[in-house]
Amino acid sequence: MTANAPEGWLTIAEAAARLRGGEVTSTELTSAALERIRATDERVRAFVTVTEEGALEAAAAADDLLRAGDAPSALTGVPIALKDVLMTEGVRTTAGSRMLDDLTPPYDATSVARLRAAGAVSVGKTNMDEFAMGSSTEHSAWFPTANPWDLERVPGGSSGGSAAAVAAGQCVASLGSDTGGSIRQPAAFCGVVGMKPTYGRVSRYGLIAFASSLDQIGPFTRTVEDAALLLQAIAGPDPLDSTCSDEPAPDFGAQLGEGLDGLRIAAPRQFFERNDEGQGMDEGVAAAVEGALDLLAGAGAALDRGASLPSVGYSLPVYYVLAPSECSANLARYDGVKYGYAARGGASMWEDMEATRQHGFGAEVKRRILLGAYALSAGYYDAYYLQAQKVRTIIRREFDAVFEQADLIVAPTTPTVAFRQGEITDPYQMYLNDIYTIPANIAGLPAISLPCGFAEAGMPVGLQLIANRNQEALLLRAAQAFEQLGDWSGRHPQLD
Amino acid sequence: MVMSDSRASDAEAFSAEQVRHLAMLARIGMTPQEVEGFRAELASILGHIEALAAVDTEGVPPTANGADLLNVQAEDAARPSLPVEAVLANAPQREADYFRVQAVLESS
Repeated sequence: MTANAPEGWLTIAEAAARLRGGEVTSTELTSAALERIRATDERVRAFVTVTEEGALEAAAAADDLLRAGDAPSALTGVPIALKDVLMTEGVRTTAGSRMLDDLTPPYDATSVARLRAAGAVSVGKTNMDEFAMGSSTEHSAWFPTANPWDLERVPGGSSGGSAAAVAAGQCVASLGSDTGGSIRQPAAFCGVVGMKPTYGRVSRYGLIAFASSLDQIGPFTRTVEDAALLLQAIAGPDPLDSTCSDEPAPDFGAQLGEGLDGLRIAAPRQFFERNDEGQGMDEGVAAAVEGALDLLAGAGAALDRGASLPSVGYSLPVYYVLAPSECSANLARYDGVKYGYAARGGASMWEDMEATRQHGFGAEVKRRILLGAYALSAGYYDAYYLQAQKVRTIIRREFDAVFEQADLIVAPTTPTVAFRQGEITDPYQMYLNDIYTIPANIAGLPAISLPCGFAEAGMPVGLQLIANRNQEALLLRAAQAFEQLGDWSGRHPQLD
Repeated sequence: MVMSDSRASDAEAFSAEQVRHLAMLARIGMTPQEVEGFRAELASILGHIEALAAVDTEGVPPTANGADLLNVQAEDAARPSLPVEAVLANAPQREADYFRVQAVLESS
């Protein structure tokens, strides 16, 4: 984790071993991460807030634990970053919105509190599309984040800052949130591992809400093993989130090393269809993903290319009814009264509230609030919201049927590699980026994106694996086995 | 993936009046230029969403969330909450231990 040395690309597992062995201190690792941020973040712009002082204090505390042999977890002393949608006590939290320009939370999100208890060292808060609505991190109220592989391109979104920070070597790992692909799509664009756990696996308490039936917190890491380690630290029941599963978190790394032999992996044909109008994967992405399928089969997986999810093509319209509907309710809380941006000086309370929301929210957030208000309004509720919830049931049942015949599903993560900043201006074209990631959110399934090759202009390509509910250990086992078939994770962008 | 898609004339006809009504419901102030921009964009997005109408959902129950959780209940027990000062620390305007706003009910 130095500014330019190859050991800057440490994994959590490697850092934990060196910290325990006394080869390096958390203070050294943390100082190196902060130095790397200073050296590269004027170009990458992954961070909204860098918490240098707090990080060095946490590192010193971690060093005390490590010296005493009392390190509570593999994360102890390891520098990580947090998406700016997670509440952090005493540290400004903006969700990428002018609405929360000066919010200093009085409490930690459960996932953040658990990382603190594990001894992880947060170096700061990462940039994101406003309120996690977007696929490029261009829709942050503050500034766009760049892709470390090509600074002219987007890192994906909405967790673009968390993905870029790991890819740029600014931290060892990070947390993001995924409502329709906001962890997996930027992970694919930035050439790192990104995982969305089963809905309910990780507490959403202190995650600034976007669409509550879809939102999940998850890890960005350099390796699949690290994803298991980070998930282990944040998962498990929490009385503060009523949708958090009561089931105790299992050992997510229990099946690592068991390989692919005998695993039945479905490749539902709808994920691989292409037509002449440019729908489906780009050629470079298709080549990398098809190559990955061959590797999976060659390593002993039984691939089923005849599997089918007939209604999965409706996932995007289902999402663009359900997510805006939930967001229009969740974002009603930003009224300029309790916290955040507040316009004052209007003739009435209502005028102040309307001005607060006019100037506090960006265009994409307003677009979705209006869309949600429409889908929920009298006369349209049955046709849009209720119909979308019913189609959601159909999609879930189709996934259930595939999982009766298969252990896992394989799919592309994104139709293209990272696109150029400013390239996509039509809102619906932007939404199409999440076409392969949204189905797992609709059905509440755990899914992971990991590097599987490079395409156009040397940009990374992601492979997506999806498992049945609560099957993270199996998902991680297969992902790690695939990871070991190549050296895509060993390549890093040149920023020096 | 090839998208199921259909563009209905209904959505194309999304009106400025409808946008203003939604903006009022959502309490978002809006300039006439913003109204026109959102009108065109919402019409386009709704055109894609209309595809859902083609799915036969006869007898299919709705799914509210991705988990199988129903009627989760918490024990009816008091637990510590944040101190008043911490809660009010981010208030745009306060008066004593209250959030201050303009008068909601005007005297006539």
